[in-house]
Amino acid sequence: MWYFCSPEIVFGEGSLDELDELRGRRALIVTDDTLVQLGLVDRVKAHLDKAGIESHVFDAVEPDPSVQTVRKGVEVAQDVAPDWIVGLGGGSPMDAAKAIWVLYERPDLHPAEINPFVHLNLRQKARLITIPTTSGTGAEVTWGIVLTDTEEQRKMGLGNRENIADIAIVDPVMAAGMPPQLTADTGLDALTHAVEGYTCTWHTDVTDGVCVGAARLVFQYLPRAVADGSDMSARERMHNGATCAGLGFGNAMASMAHAMGHVLGATFHVPHGRAVSIFLPYTIEFAAREAPGRFADLAGLLVGFQAEGEKAARALAERIRALCREIGNPTSVAEVDVAREAYEAQLDKMVDDAFNDTQIITAARSPSYDELRQLFLYAYEGRVVDF
Amino acid sequence: MAFKFPSDEWIKELSSKLNESESYEKSARDWEGDFTFVVKPDDAYDGTAYLFLGLYHGKSPDAAQLSSFDEKPAAYVLSAPFSAWRKVIEGKLDPIQGMMTKKLKLQGNMMKIMRYPKAAKEIVSCCALVPTDFGD
Repeated sequence: MWYFCSPEIVFGEGSLDELDELRGRRALIVTDDTLVQLGLVDRVKAHLDKAGIESHVFDAVEPDPSVQTVRKGVEVAQDVAPDWIVGLGGGSPMDAAKAIWVLYERPDLHPAEINPFVHLNLRQKARLITIPTTSGTGAEVTWGIVLTDTEEQRKMGLGNRENIADIAIVDPVMAAGMPPQLTADTGLDALTHAVEGYTCTWHTDVTDGVCVGAARLVFQYLPRAVADGSDMSARERMHNGATCAGLGFGNAMASMAHAMGHVLGATFHVPHGRAVSIFLPYTIEFAAREAPGRFADLAGLLVGFQAEGEKAARALAERIRALCREIGNPTSVAEVDVAREAYEAQLDKMVDDAFNDTQIITAARSPSYDELRQLFLYAYEGRVVDF
Repeated sequence: MAFKFPSDEWIKELSSKLNESESYEKSARDWEGDFTFVVKPDDAYDGTAYLFLGLYHGKSPDAAQLSSFDEKPAAYVLSAPFSAWRKVIEGKLDPIQGMMTKKLKLQGNMMKIMRYPKAAKEIVSCCALVPTDFGD
């Protein structure tokens, strides 16, 4: 027994117009100040105006949002008393919006109590709309929430099926202004979601299709979207692909590359998509020796590789590295300007945190503590995994 | 030799496997909180059993089958019918998915336990290492 959860997804060019028909009184838009400056918040407000909905903005969400920021957002929500919360942005504003919504509805909860095992009884005060402005995170269709505990320099994996958005509006025009590096990083995040959603131990028949479809879209359209940001056809397919990948991993799980990427991001502020995509090929090579099956399947489906087992899994890892190189992204930690001394000084904590990250439990091959430590070192140096 | 589930011998063997597991020790090295596993009756088992598993700082200092739930209080209580426990032990039901689908019910401080998913997985991995007789 398992579940497949999804918002109503409105996608494609012009889907933002759906807001014109929304019914409600007040909306709180949760976003960041960059999106205010880029005019994307005004664009959403204009549609809400057409619907006769008064809109307020909380634009203090930082990258890797903290519990403290979420608490400030909850205070604003309590003042505004919205009946819609709109998460507008990349993963950080959308995750913050989910947490703000839950705590606005349930002020008795501590953020760390937002877990999958409780009944939250949401939708008594408001509902949630998500509008992605990047093509990667998938947060518009997932119920997971990642917040940062700034005191412990640690990311907290939270969420409950109830806190999935009611409506996700996936309009490619909202991602059209992404610069090439952001396009590359977020696109590789989508690829990592698709690959890990397909290969983790929680994969299901219901999620396999969207994962494969998403991975195909990324391989085909990400180089075009990075090379020419005005290629709206590529932008739209990448936007759809990221949402499909979100549906895939959000209803299965991510895995080791996310566990390792989370700690690299929390420790050295490497952008999330870049961090997880660096680790992805190493984790595939690690799994290849003992549990190559799903990776080999995917290699056949995606890159037409006909061999079986470890060889095919390794081919998939190499194809992912080739995509990273093609779009100018790093394939090792050393390439992201993390000094070796600093990396080694943080290594014990990073291994500890990754070892206890929620995403590690679904790894196709479960690493020992020492193996995980070795993987971090191999990924730093860019060495092909041979153990 | 297979250990009958549920029994005092079985939970003591699980405790022994945990004490041999480096992965469990690393993932639970600051964990403090004993568990009682409650095995509830279903079509395959007509009794109710209480298995206490002491857990402290990456080790399992004690374990025993209890005669009643109140005999030894534990910070966490994990309850499920016999057949669900069997699926967990045989690796057919992920315990975290089991809790999410309410096949297994956990009482205790969820904020704390959410920080130790790997330790939970290691406990189940050790369950699979215990040769088990389900009374078939």
